[in-house]
Amino acid sequence: MADQASENLRKTPLYDVHVEHGGKLVPFAGYEMPVQFEGVMAEHLWTRQHAGLFDVSHMGPCFLFLKEGLGGPGAHEKISALLEQIVPSDIAALKPGQGRLTVLLNEEGGILDDLIVTRMPDDDLQGMLYIVVNGAVKAEDWALMREKLSDQCMLQTADDRILVALQGPEAAAVIEPHFPEAGELKFMRCAHVQKDGERFMVTRSGYTGEDGFELLLPNNETGLGIVKALLADDRVKPIGLGARDSLRLEAGLCLYGHDMDPSRTLVEADLQWVIQKSRRARADFPGAAKITDQLTNGAAEKRVGIRPLERAPAREGTEIHVDGVKVGVVTSGGFGPSVEGPVAMGYIRADLTEPGTKIDLMVRGKARAGEVAALPFVEPNYKR
Amino acid sequence: MTQKFTQQNTFYTEDHEWVTVHGDLATCGITRYAADQLGDVVFVEVPEVGKVFKKGDDMAVVESVKAASDVYAPMSGEVIDANGKLGDAPETVNEHPETEGWFCVIRFSDGAETKGLMDKDAYYEFCKGH
Repeated sequence: MADQASENLRKTPLYDVHVEHGGKLVPFAGYEMPVQFEGVMAEHLWTRQHAGLFDVSHMGPCFLFLKEGLGGPGAHEKISALLEQIVPSDIAALKPGQGRLTVLLNEEGGILDDLIVTRMPDDDLQGMLYIVVNGAVKAEDWALMREKLSDQCMLQTADDRILVALQGPEAAAVIEPHFPEAGELKFMRCAHVQKDGERFMVTRSGYTGEDGFELLLPNNETGLGIVKALLADDRVKPIGLGARDSLRLEAGLCLYGHDMDPSRTLVEADLQWVIQKSRRARADFPGAAKITDQLTNGAAEKRVGIRPLERAPAREGTEIHVDGVKVGVVTSGGFGPSVEGPVAMGYIRADLTEPGTKIDLMVRGKARAGEVAALPFVEPNYKR
Repeated sequence: MTQKFTQQNTFYTEDHEWVTVHGDLATCGITRYAADQLGDVVFVEVPEVGKVFKKGDDMAVVESVKAASDVYAPMSGEVIDANGKLGDAPETVNEHPETEGWFCVIRFSDGAETKGLMDKDAYYEFCKGH
């Protein structure tokens, strides 16, 4: 069975590059992905100090665009109105080249996935959105979009390409000689750049809390050449999924399937900032009644940061107790190399969310001291 | 029983624990192979003195940056000493897994249990297959 499963795993276009760099490959979201190269701790710290290159080709990049009227008057408003049927953010308000984090909602206001939606920067491509969804649920997300978004638009998936994230304080200096346009971008802005006759997306974003870029490259010699040129820079090292997880946890960023899932609303996940004022006023997104109620009256539980006060990490699934009563659960937890101690996130009863609140973390049945902590654990380094 | 600290007295499990027998006592820990596989160790939960284990019971837990891994008792017996140094310096397990990074000493109840364990050469062969 195990052998059969591994035979069915997909390989990203960078598989050979991972092997060449000594990556330890594991099954992840249906792909064979590198969990680490030289070691999670070293890779994590390298990314915080220099620049790390992450293969995120397993994720779900795609383009959603109008079948008719692309680049014409009102095209962005038309495509936005379609997508806004299933996300609670103000997509229409995005400026050309601007991106935004949002969530896909079910009818109960639960989170089906988180995604980044970017308005294309080009005049002739207004009416097209560049969207990146999570790899583990991309098939479901795309099915939902095709089902809900009428026949006025088309969805073109792009997960056959190379998607890499270059993250860290030296990322901009590394990328600028290759793509001068990229260095000028601010956080959550994109450029549509050209090289060797190929056109591709560069967005100033990532999921580590560091400044950085995501590049959607063609799966050919040009794309591969760009990845290899970046890796040839002394400031860049390939980084695996292990450090990606510890970096995003220190940055207080939610991971779908762990800190967010269909049973939690965005209010419970403390992501109410993804709903802009205009959408709150219209209250026209799935689950709006429940979400509006929680925004007004509060939710029963909320996502918070958690600091174990002893050295034992509190992993996902660890129960949170106060006075012997279960009041919550850890949804992500581990060791934070930059924090130099254990860090976690989880859901806790709404009256216990104040940072500093003492809690017991039931690690292997034993109560260990912890406290509610402000997020993020590491201040982000975004270029605003 | 003779008190000797030689390679002949060290045995290995298929779960990558080592145990050095001296008299009716045995010192145990995890092997270099295991420590390298786990990566950066950030926390070790060693057993409390007085705890009694049967061979194969969960005896200790090693937490690396990413995951928690169980360590099983290589022999049955009672814990008479535990390595308190690992509480403040869990990285000792990465640096010196088969010496300073020991986990605990047990007073074993059945010396014949070592017969089911591997000697050094057999263990090295075993690791090659992984």
